[in-house]
Order: sequence, then structure tokens, then C-alpha cells
Amino acid sequence: MTEKHHIIPVWFFVGLLLFIYGILIFVSGLMEWSHPAETVLANLHASVWWGGLLIVLGGVYCLMFRPGKSS
Amino acid sequence: MIPLPAMFLATTRLVRLSAVDLAIIAIYFVLVLAIGFYLKRFANTGEDFFLAGREMTAWVAGLAFVSANLGSLELLGWAGNAYQYGIMAGHWYWIGAIPAMVFLGLVMMPFYYISKTHSVPGYLKLRYGTEASALSAITFAFMTILMSGVNMYAMAVVMEVVLGWNLHFSIIVSSLTVGVYVAAGGLFSAIFNEVLQFFLIWFGALLIPILGLVETGGWSGMVARIHQNFPGQDFTHMWAPMSSVDKNPMGIYWVAIVFGLGAVQSMGYWTTDFLVVQRVLSAKDVRSAKLAPIIGSFFKMAVPLIVILPGLLGRAVLPFHLVPGNQAQPGQFKYDDVLPLMLARYCGPGLMGLGITALVAGFMAGMAGNVSAFATVWTYDIYRPYLRKDATDAHYVSMGRWCTMIGLFVSIGTAYLVQYNKSMMDYVQALFGFFIAPLFGTVLLGMLWKRVTRMAGFWGLLAGVVSSVTIFLLMKFDERWVSVFALSPLAQPLAQAMWQALWSCVTCVVVTVLVTLVTEPRPDQELVGLVYSLTEKAHEEHVSWLHRPLFWGILALALLVILQIIFW
Repeated sequence: MTEKHHIIPVWFFVGLLLFIYGILIFVSGLMEWSHPAETVLANLHASVWWGGLLIVLGGVYCLMFRPGKSS
Repeated sequence: MIPLPAMFLATTRLVRLSAVDLAIIAIYFVLVLAIGFYLKRFANTGEDFFLAGREMTAWVAGLAFVSANLGSLELLGWAGNAYQYGIMAGHWYWIGAIPAMVFLGLVMMPFYYISKTHSVPGYLKLRYGTEASALSAITFAFMTILMSGVNMYAMAVVMEVVLGWNLHFSIIVSSLTVGVYVAAGGLFSAIFNEVLQFFLIWFGALLIPILGLVETGGWSGMVARIHQNFPGQDFTHMWAPMSSVDKNPMGIYWVAIVFGLGAVQSMGYWTTDFLVVQRVLSAKDVRSAKLAPIIGSFFKMAVPLIVILPGLLGRAVLPFHLVPGNQAQPGQFKYDDVLPLMLARYCGPGLMGLGITALVAGFMAGMAGNVSAFATVWTYDIYRPYLRKDATDAHYVSMGRWCTMIGLFVSIGTAYLVQYNKSMMDYVQALFGFFIAPLFGTVLLGMLWKRVTRMAGFWGLLAGVVSSVTIFLLMKFDERWVSVFALSPLAQPLAQAMWQALWSCVTCVVVTVLVTLVTEPRPDQELVGLVYSLTEKAHEEHVSWLHRPLFWGILALALLVILQIIFW
């Protein structure tokens, strides 16, 4: 993304945030599996599969755009 | 003595945040501040601070371009409008955005970029001289501060409704955070956080339509429920109800959507509002600058999924009816509350934190966009030409940092003005109409017609702004004028704003042409690179069609047509 400046790509920060959020949401979903929150469609356990999706996407972005990796 | 936590909490709230939700919100604040401080070292020159070094790829510039517009208005205002007016609110995302974005990329961006201007008022200075530029810069600075106030207020309302946080507490915490990271990294910070926010908003809000459609049994199930809950009204068609003003909840005729919104209001906003154009000016070369808004147009086309659809789902599944903001009694919810209400309906711990963070990110990015644009226009278009001409580059960067903070403090004051207005969207639409629509007439004529003169640009712009304010005040204080200007007494505020934009742009164009005919044009050699007929066109024969902006622009327009047919 940057030529004059050697800035860490913004995609790395995106991946980092999604990855951290994914872990928090996934673990939170697992912890409430047997007693889900009182929301509509809580039986679908959206936290678990949405958190998993964030972990995968965030991890891929972190790996692809990690600092020091040549583009 | 009031306990400290009670000072920050209102009496009611939609949800209680769990520890994981609070952690998610806190991590976002920590990361944006860390990014701001990290980028500070790269924002040393004027070009770095105000234009992010002009080294962004088309993708980054394109996402920032769309995200700068994904502030509080998009998330709350348009979800609320979708609840109020139905799927017709989607016009503001499709015909009210896509043609303008493609037009910006293919036609106007080369002039902005090649002229090496740092802002839209900067282009006006090159094309017309100081009069039109000063008028544009001052009105833009005024508008952008008010817009920033709207963002702050919208965010504080969400925090109050959803979390029970005190309005003042939310405004101060968010604005100080934005002030610190923008003052540190300038447009670098703003763009980085806009890209971050883009992902947060999608992942934070996308679950609402997914789970909403699961609950209603898909699109047809949702439509059936809306018809059952609100019989006799059409909330699920875009064009069919507009054959007559009394057949649709907006009270609008299709002519106003096509010409008022599609041809004037959206063109004005997406091609001359410096807040969004500044993001594209940060692109690394002309082709990236042309591609950026076109890339953005594809994402813009998808935004109704997370904004309009939740509003429609609210009509289908909420067990109570929302009311206009100025009619809400204690215990009732407003149209603008529909998105947080839907979030609370489907999202448990963790996901709620992500959704709230997405909303906060949207508001903060909106504020950041406004203050970074304000800092640029104030420093380069007001301070440098009129107050201190010959200072060093470092001095102007310092001025940019200071006026970022000062601008935020001024906009905190304006945030409280919004509370006394009928609704947030009416307020902002009024602003668009005042300044943006006439400016579009001035910029477009200047780019396409070399004969337009210096004074014609100024008087046309001034006449457009004055006519816009006059029409707004007449319609606001005497409803008989609504029939005159909006062609129907049934026209709702959004429809009135569109007609106001259309008339003000027409006034600007007519006055500009008349003054041009009686004044002396500038010599051709002074207009090279600023006017279409005197600018060498970029040749792209050597570029594969997959990398040509024209190809993607045509594809975006074709998709737009298909969407109109599907949701006719």
C-alpha cells in the first residue's frame, strides 16, 4: 500500500482486530452454549459460528499482510 | 451527592453489556489510538498529513471513500428511513449514489487529480479564482462542523438508548479519541480507521439481516408479515408506488428521484463533497484515483443489505410500532432506534459488543472524516490564502493538528443543536441542499465549459446557495410553499430536500450561464488541465480491459439496472 513510507499495511490491522474479536466471540459462544442469552434465535448459537468465521478471516489477513513480509 | 457511575447512566437501556462486550469496545478504542500514534511518525509534511502522502492503492482509497460516508447517517438514519418509508429509502444507495460514483471516477477525477489540488475549493481557486473558492471553503467548513455534530449526537443517542450511557459522556469520550488520532496521523489515521470501520460494520451488522430473514422465513415471509402488520401500504417496492405521490409513504413522484436525487443531489454529494473526494485524492496515480470510486460503488450497492433490510425487518418482526422522533413519548421508540433494537433482538454477549463497536466505529469514522476534511480546507483554503501566506510547510501541518482539535470542540457545541431538530436526516438533508447541489453546478460547468468566467462561477454559486436557503425556509415555515416547490402538499421532508436541491442547482446553472454571457472569459492557456476540452486525455489502450476503469464503471451501472428491475 505504501511506497514512499514503509507503513504496516492496513489489512494487517484489520486481520488483527477480526482475529482477536473472533476468539472473544467464539469463546463467549461456547461458554453460553448450555444457557444461551435471551435473544431471538439463540438456539442457532450464532456467536460460535460467527466467531469462528472471524478467527479464520482475521488469521488469513494477519498471515498475508504481517509486518516484514515482502509483497 | 450522585455516585460517579450514575452520572454516566440514563434511567433506561435496551441491553446490559457483558464483560466480553466491554472488552471488545475497549480493544477498539485502544487499537485506533495505537494506530494514530503509530502513524504520527509518517505524517510530517503537508502532503502526508492532509493527503496521506498520495500513495494509497485504489482498494484502500475506494474503501475509505465509501466508509467516510458510512457514519451515523447511514447506520441509524437510513435504517430509520427504511422503517419509515420502506425499501424506497434504498434509492439513496442505488440511483442516488452509483451513477454519481461512476461519473466521479470516469469524468471528474482526472481533473481533480491532474490539477494536483488538495481540495475541491482548491480546484475552484484554480478554475475560477478566489471569490468562488472562498465562498465554497467557508460554506464547506461550516457544513462539515455541523455534520460532525450530527455524528456525535447520533452516537450519543445510541449509547443512551442501548447502553444507558449519559449523552454528554459519550460525546466527550468519542470526540476526544477522534481528535487525538486524527491530530496525530492526519489523513493517514482517518483512512486507516475508515478501512477498519468498513470491516467492523459489515461483520457487526450482517448478522441482523441474516437472522432476521431466518426468523421471517426469507424475503417473501418478511413481505407477508409487513403486509399483515401494515395493510394497505406498499413498503417493499422501489419504483411502482411512485407513479403517484399519494401511493407511497414518502409522498414523492418518480421525477424527483430521477432528477432531484439521481441527477443533482447525489451528483453534488459524491462528486463535490470534499469529505469523500479527499479520500480519492490520496490515491497513488490517476488510474487508481479513477478506479477508487468505482470500486467503492460496488460496496455501496451492497450496503442496503445491512442498513435498509434491518429497517424493513423491523416493520416485520418488532411487536410495537416506532414513531417519528418528535412524537416519541416516554416508553416509545423512534424510527432511528430501529437498528439498535434489531441488534438487541438477535445479538447476545460478544456479538452485541461487536455490533455496538461497529456503530461506534461508524460514528467515529464519520467524525474523523469531517474533522480531517475541515482541517484541510481551513488550513489550505482559508488560513493560507487569507491569513498567513508564506509560512513553512511544518507550520501548516501544525495548524492542521490544532484546528483538528478546535474543530472538534466547535462541533461538540453543534451536536446539541441537533436535539431540537425534527429528525437527524431532515437536518442533514437541509445542509446538503444549501451547499452541495449548487456547488455541483459550479464545478461541473467549470470542468465542461471553458467559456464560464470567474465572476460567473462566484455569482452562480452564491445564487444557488441563497435560493436553497430561501426555499428551505419558505417550506419550513409555511406549508403552502411545499406545494409550490415540491409539486405536492404530501411531499415529506426527504422529498422536499430533493426538490430544494434541484431548484438550487438550476438557479446556479442559470445565473452562471447568464453572467458568463456578459463577462470576459479567461485565456485558454490558463485553463489547461482544468477544463475538459483543454486537457489531454489519458490513453489506456495498453492496459488490459480488466484494469480499465471504464469496464468496471459500465459493469457497476449494469448491476444497478438489474437491481432496479428486481425490486421494481
